[in-house]
Amino acid sequence: MLLQTRKLTKVFGTLTACDAIDFSIRSGEIHALLGENGAGKSTLVKMLFGSLQPTSGQIVWQNSPVTVASPAAARKLGLGMVFQHFSLFDALTAAENITLALDERAPVADIGEKARALSVQYGLPVDPNAVVGDLSVGERQRIEIVRCLLQDPSLIILDEPTSVLTPQEADRLFETLFRLRDEGRSILYISHRLDEVRRICDAATILRHGKVVGHCQPDRETPGTLARMMVGDTVAQITRAPHAATGETPAILVSRLSQPPVGPFSTALHDVSLTVQRGEVVGIAGVAGNGQGELFDALSGEQRQSLADTVQLSGKPAGLLGVSARRRLGAAFVPEERLGHGAAPQMTLTENLLLSRHATDGSAFIRKGGVIARDMIGRAAARISAAMDVRKGAEDPPAAALSGGNLQKFLIGRELDRQPAVLIVNQPTWGVDAGAAARIRQALIDLARNGSGVLVISQDLDELFEISDRIAVIHDGALSAAMPVAEATAERIGLLMAGAAAAPGNAGVAA
Amino acid sequence: MLEAILLTIATAATPLLLAAIGELVAERSGVLNLGVEGMMIMGAVAAFAVAYTTGNPWLGALAGALAGVSFSLLFGLLTLTLATNQVASGLALTILGLGASGMLGESFVGLPGVKLEAVSIPVLSDLPLVGRLLFGQDPFFYLSILLGIGVWWFLFRSRAGLELRSVGANHASAHALGLKVIRVRYLAVMFGGLCAGLAGAQLTLVYTPQWVENMSAGRGWIALALVVFASWRPGRIVVGAYLFGAVSIGQLHAQALGIGLPSQLLSALPYLATIAVLVLISRDRRATLMNTPASLGQPFVPDR
Repeated sequence: MLLQTRKLTKVFGTLTACDAIDFSIRSGEIHALLGENGAGKSTLVKMLFGSLQPTSGQIVWQNSPVTVASPAAARKLGLGMVFQHFSLFDALTAAENITLALDERAPVADIGEKARALSVQYGLPVDPNAVVGDLSVGERQRIEIVRCLLQDPSLIILDEPTSVLTPQEADRLFETLFRLRDEGRSILYISHRLDEVRRICDAATILRHGKVVGHCQPDRETPGTLARMMVGDTVAQITRAPHAATGETPAILVSRLSQPPVGPFSTALHDVSLTVQRGEVVGIAGVAGNGQGELFDALSGEQRQSLADTVQLSGKPAGLLGVSARRRLGAAFVPEERLGHGAAPQMTLTENLLLSRHATDGSAFIRKGGVIARDMIGRAAARISAAMDVRKGAEDPPAAALSGGNLQKFLIGRELDRQPAVLIVNQPTWGVDAGAAARIRQALIDLARNGSGVLVISQDLDELFEISDRIAVIHDGALSAAMPVAEATAERIGLLMAGAAAAPGNAGVAA
Repeated sequence: MLEAILLTIATAATPLLLAAIGELVAERSGVLNLGVEGMMIMGAVAAFAVAYTTGNPWLGALAGALAGVSFSLLFGLLTLTLATNQVASGLALTILGLGASGMLGESFVGLPGVKLEAVSIPVLSDLPLVGRLLFGQDPFFYLSILLGIGVWWFLFRSRAGLELRSVGANHASAHALGLKVIRVRYLAVMFGGLCAGLAGAQLTLVYTPQWVENMSAGRGWIALALVVFASWRPGRIVVGAYLFGAVSIGQLHAQALGIGLPSQLLSALPYLATIAVLVLISRDRRATLMNTPASLGQPFVPDR
């Protein structure tokens, strides 16, 4: 055995991110670590790589127990890691970036030459003199891999390496991985792309809610069985009165929304149509990076449409309107990224409240002559904090001072406080502890039951099953037809997430 | 005649080059020290006082360097250890330096200074045309040229220089790699202080060997501007400093010859010419952005 963990546990406050994890990696295998967001994959890997210290349990490296005190110690043992979010300096060249991370004191030019030779050997061409800021994400990843290989590791950890690659780049990466395996190195491959894992991995460990729920040989499984292991086949069944199709105006009506990619790494949207009736929660499932963020931006007005009728909110055409104008139609939005997008980190909660509400509640929050009505905003912030049980250290702290869960409760409460007719939220409980997540989910259901239309985009299938009346799946920028939650099984949704049935309305056809 | 003019150009350019090359190193590490003028004038008064008292200009130069370093340490304490605003602290340093030097130098006004004489390098200084110009100069001239080359080599050819640039490019990533951000910045700021102090010493030991209040006359600010207009590249700083020196001396001669242009315009010429040339050579916006230290002016407070 190259690496084993024994009852490895990590506790953050009340949240057990990793609960007595037992798994092992043999020499010369590609081992997949599967799990949804929040299943504990990252925490486990950080403990292996020394960025986090376990609360209890043991790491066994080449049959002797070790303490991995830091990433440097991990590198000394022979572990290398390629991060999902790259840690390169844009203004420096590839060779300079590699040099900075090596302990070896050799001239940059020599290290660059070594890197070039190694990169050619492994089929990952890297130009050592290229400035990183000019390179594509795929090329940057190659630099990170080469940097890792220069330290001659026995185990290489890759954190969702293909999430930023084109299919061609991914194929090339796989060939390199096979070559590394043939040299006797092991690879820990973190992913939630099931087809990929089945294609390249020799073994897999599946995590759910911080626990190991299974080991398997991926090529003997189907995407459906893998998905069920990841998601769990015991989905909490919440009975709801079926939403009667009334003749009422829908809360959200999206018709044939298409949009080219807006940036170098964004996904195009293809012919997305969607209806959310008043009184229901519609969930959108999907693997990260399949167009969720783009769809959210299109609905919130951060990306406007070319036709007014493409997006209708409460029956009014909104396609040409910006965010504030859409808010004035009664819509509210909570984006995925809390700090920087949902809230200005260094501004206080009341200031953040005013920022999102000035358009709709200007008369209440701003006095004549443009003076901010601090007392009114303060009262509204206190009301929101009480309603959502926001725990904070000071009366009005900066947004960045709150924990992720508490800030998310505040941001959702900020929108709920308006009683919006339409609420669109992306990843409502990402990185939020279980208690806060339950409170947020309950609040979303309550809002819908009071007659609003709620659209929830999430990568957490359990969550969608718990709160949605209907579920649709987004894959590569195309949205499937929404199916009633009673008809949606984990397997059906998992297949759609893996792209098994691309045509809208063709849900659930087994591969 | 021409040789004499060229010699005065070198003398005018040297303090700018010294101060700017020091500030370049500080800024490349991500620290914007607007106190160059203050450090320079402190170096000038310290150098004059010590040289006058001891009669030894070399001791004066040493005192000027030490004065610059100690002033830069004060700046480092404020902005690096206490993480105060760099712009405000730098301005305070300049104001403090101008005031303190005036007070300390009051009793030296009007006294004859000690000149640091030119050191001719044997044989080489006898070369035709360039001999006297390149090898018959004062020690500050040699030092400034050596520092220009040395800083280029250090920044772009040495591991320590690479680490310094990475600290200036992204202090959070550099910290994550295990680099000592604060220590690197202290050393860079002290180097900046050393160079500014020497630039001041050059003014009172070579340029005009006497002490006059405010005699740095904005040279610290010009050095600061040179760093930015040279897009943080040592070679361009040399070009900029000499260009500025050449046009300043040239316009003085032009005024003496009585060219029919208003003297105000001629006095403005060095500034205009330097800006124009440096803007032209840094037209490549992408390259300029690449060379701009991205965390310039941002205080670094490590996570605890």
